[in-house]
Amino acid sequence: MSTVNPREANPELVARFPEIHPPFDKVSAVTEANRCLYCFDAPCTAACPTHIDVPRFIKKIAQGNLRGSALTILDANILGASCSRVCPVDVLCEGACVYHRYNKQPIEIGRLQRHAMDAFYANGASLPTKATEKRNGRVACVGAGPASLAFAAELRQRGYSVTVFEGKPLPGGLNTYGVAEYKLRSSDSLREIELVRSLGVEFRFGTAISAESSLAALEREFDFIFLGIGLGVMRTLDIPGGNHPDVLDALKFIEGYKTSGNLAVGQRVAVVGAGNTAIDAARAAVRLGAEEVQILYRRDEKSMSAFLFEYEYATQEGVRFQWCTRPVAINASQDKRKIESIECIRVQTASTGALKDIPGSQHRIPCDMVIPAIGQTPLLEFLQNCRGVKIDDGRVVVDRATGQTSNPKYFAGGDCVNGGREVVDAVADGKRTALAVTKLLEKAHD
Amino acid sequence: MINNTIAPDISVRFADKIFSPNPFWLASAPPTNCGEQVMRAFDAGWGGAVWKTIGDPITNVSSRYSSVDWNGQRMMGLNNIELITDRPLDVNLREIAEVKKKYPKQTVIASLMVESKREAWHKIVQQSEDAGADGLELNFGCPHGMSERGMGSAVGQVPEYTEMITSWVKEKARTPVLVKLTPNISDIRVVARAAKRGGADGLSAINTINSITGIDLDTFIPRPNVDGKSSHGGYCGPAVKPIALNMAHQVQSDPESRLPLSGIGGISDWRDAVEFLLLGCSNVQVCTAVMHYGYRIVEDMIDGLTNWMREKGFARISDFQGLTVSRVQEWKHLNLNYKIVARIHEEKCIGCELCYTACWDGAHQCIHLDRVGGAHNGHHLTPAMREAASHQAISMTPIPKLDHGTSRNGDERFPTPLSRIPRVDESECVGCNLCFLVCPVEGCITMEQVDTNLPPQSWEQRTGGAAAPGRKCD
Repeated sequence: MSTVNPREANPELVARFPEIHPPFDKVSAVTEANRCLYCFDAPCTAACPTHIDVPRFIKKIAQGNLRGSALTILDANILGASCSRVCPVDVLCEGACVYHRYNKQPIEIGRLQRHAMDAFYANGASLPTKATEKRNGRVACVGAGPASLAFAAELRQRGYSVTVFEGKPLPGGLNTYGVAEYKLRSSDSLREIELVRSLGVEFRFGTAISAESSLAALEREFDFIFLGIGLGVMRTLDIPGGNHPDVLDALKFIEGYKTSGNLAVGQRVAVVGAGNTAIDAARAAVRLGAEEVQILYRRDEKSMSAFLFEYEYATQEGVRFQWCTRPVAINASQDKRKIESIECIRVQTASTGALKDIPGSQHRIPCDMVIPAIGQTPLLEFLQNCRGVKIDDGRVVVDRATGQTSNPKYFAGGDCVNGGREVVDAVADGKRTALAVTKLLEKAHD
Repeated sequence: MINNTIAPDISVRFADKIFSPNPFWLASAPPTNCGEQVMRAFDAGWGGAVWKTIGDPITNVSSRYSSVDWNGQRMMGLNNIELITDRPLDVNLREIAEVKKKYPKQTVIASLMVESKREAWHKIVQQSEDAGADGLELNFGCPHGMSERGMGSAVGQVPEYTEMITSWVKEKARTPVLVKLTPNISDIRVVARAAKRGGADGLSAINTINSITGIDLDTFIPRPNVDGKSSHGGYCGPAVKPIALNMAHQVQSDPESRLPLSGIGGISDWRDAVEFLLLGCSNVQVCTAVMHYGYRIVEDMIDGLTNWMREKGFARISDFQGLTVSRVQEWKHLNLNYKIVARIHEEKCIGCELCYTACWDGAHQCIHLDRVGGAHNGHHLTPAMREAASHQAISMTPIPKLDHGTSRNGDERFPTPLSRIPRVDESECVGCNLCFLVCPVEGCITMEQVDTNLPPQSWEQRTGGAAAPGRKCD
């Protein structure tokens, strides 16, 4: 393992992970921008959880006002740069484009947004200040992921003091540690967070808030506390051999190659699970040099939770899918040093949805690395320590419009509230909550 | 019924004596600068060419052209500050003779511009006709450079000069004489009448329009940049076609102006050409489209025109030439009792709501988005209220695993949710066409006639300014 500076693009990673949506050049961007109909009350804007005024920023690109375009985006979504790269636009803005109903390709909104954001960062990333005076009111964010960043940026721009507490050494949460490199580079995520820091948001790293006493301390120091803690560690494969050292969960695997320079991968890789993270891991394994990458999923194709376009990309890149296949054991070599295969059984789905093993269908799939991607556990353990913050089905219960939890001093947003959606959903939660907290702070201090 | 057996005859006769295999001539401009070019143009199919204006050779500047792009499309309008030919007169005359010898069926018109002296005009008329030109076009239209030297539009803007020089030319000319008109005058008919009085056999219209196309916002230098400065130029290309069509109509509808007219101004394809012919032109001249795409565009001009004539059952150009002249009238003669309203075809609507915002901000506030929910307390929501409501709505990335059983609600009858399909209040609609013009989907909004149960009545009739219909016959 080599030491890497995550703030700079790693040349080997750049070579192995070319971007799936390369940037527009100026002429192509203007040509594409000119296709936009400039819908009124546009469906793309409504579909965007942060309600970016899409036609407005696109027209500004067409009219040579790139800075105005970027500021239009950032006004709605401070993480506009990473969202332009990681958003599943097919099911959001581009999916809502009216051109779908006119037998034409939708506007490439994601790439246009990236065009404006790239220009913004290339030109020094200076954001005009909204509030000129500092206002009384201190707010803490627990976790430095997208929800907290959006919440912090919004409040800071309104003049309030915000401190973000993060257990890891780098900010950004999954944006920095967990998004496939061909979608978003860690260095780009960190550059974007630099913008939030430049607004005056304070970051404290290595300070995990995971005990009631630390929460109590925060309560004394801050008016309100925002929980943007995301989900917990990934679920482990609870089968014989599941604790072999060459079994590495998908997020650890992605984090390893992205931020630790750990580019090692097996020759034959089995990824377990068929969600978007499983696909990110499988495609990364291909890029890192694995000769054979298979995705094993206990249900059929129709039940996979990955977006269809993700699935299609993966198959194009040579990832093979084994449907209705349930791993039952991981077999290691005699000296236990290497994984040799993963033992699976074929399953049938009954009409009730229950899975039933097919007798005699046991088989071995040769592999030397297993990557489970079977979901993240909720951070229940920690949340139970929060005083009076109600949890239901592993999620923090909030009022949707304000983000307020059952303890009025606590607010929450992002994956810990919605169970694990997209970056843009976390940003929307953070921003919406910040507006509600602003009102309370105004009441308390003015 | 399309007649496939007999090909329509698209040949044209201009001012009795000039015959061309088709109505498509190249205008006097860079595409007709030399014999080599004109011969290649004739090979491509052009029916005629008006030679780049000959006279005393001039010195040009660099650069010379600038353009206006629109919504990603290049050269919606083109501007030039190039002058007449920079080649010696004898070279031009020799090449005219050479072209005519090799291409006897195609038309070559010599465009002429010399100083305002009778002898000078007599001389160049003689020289051009001796070289074999089929006709002469007097360049009284060039709006830049030459006009500062008392030529071009300096002549075409003064009816007396136009009449005088035309008559000088007519003293000598044996071939038809066309006067090319400048649009840079308040009423083009004044000069057209003067040309006719001077004995012109035909007219060409329009020449280019005075223009400044744009300014570099970093250097503050207008385009085209000639060492930090520019000069007004002549504007042409698709942008000027509506202006040219109107002027063609003005000339053709005025008995004192009317002469065989060669239509010029933004003609880029066969449809543009047909429009000029419908307004009475005998043929058309093309420049900008050729400067943009080359001589090859004439293939579809011929093909498109021929197919259209077949479809319409026209055997020759004269069958439809001028058909539209009488349909352009003064406003006071239009029927005030004719009413149309907009109708939105829901099955075609894609929900862009451009008609809605156009009607509210640019027309008469009679398109509403109230198919779902109706009006609010008897009032329609304003566009701003609608946008605010959308902004308040919370939306999330759809994740099937997390969104158990939720599906998009909506009316399945139409591709667009009913709430986004606008509705026209026909009782308020004034039939202005704006929604129909902004709608990006063909056939989605149609303008349909509503019976007013009133007889036709014009403003003139309503205010007693003229006889009511039929009264003249009483």
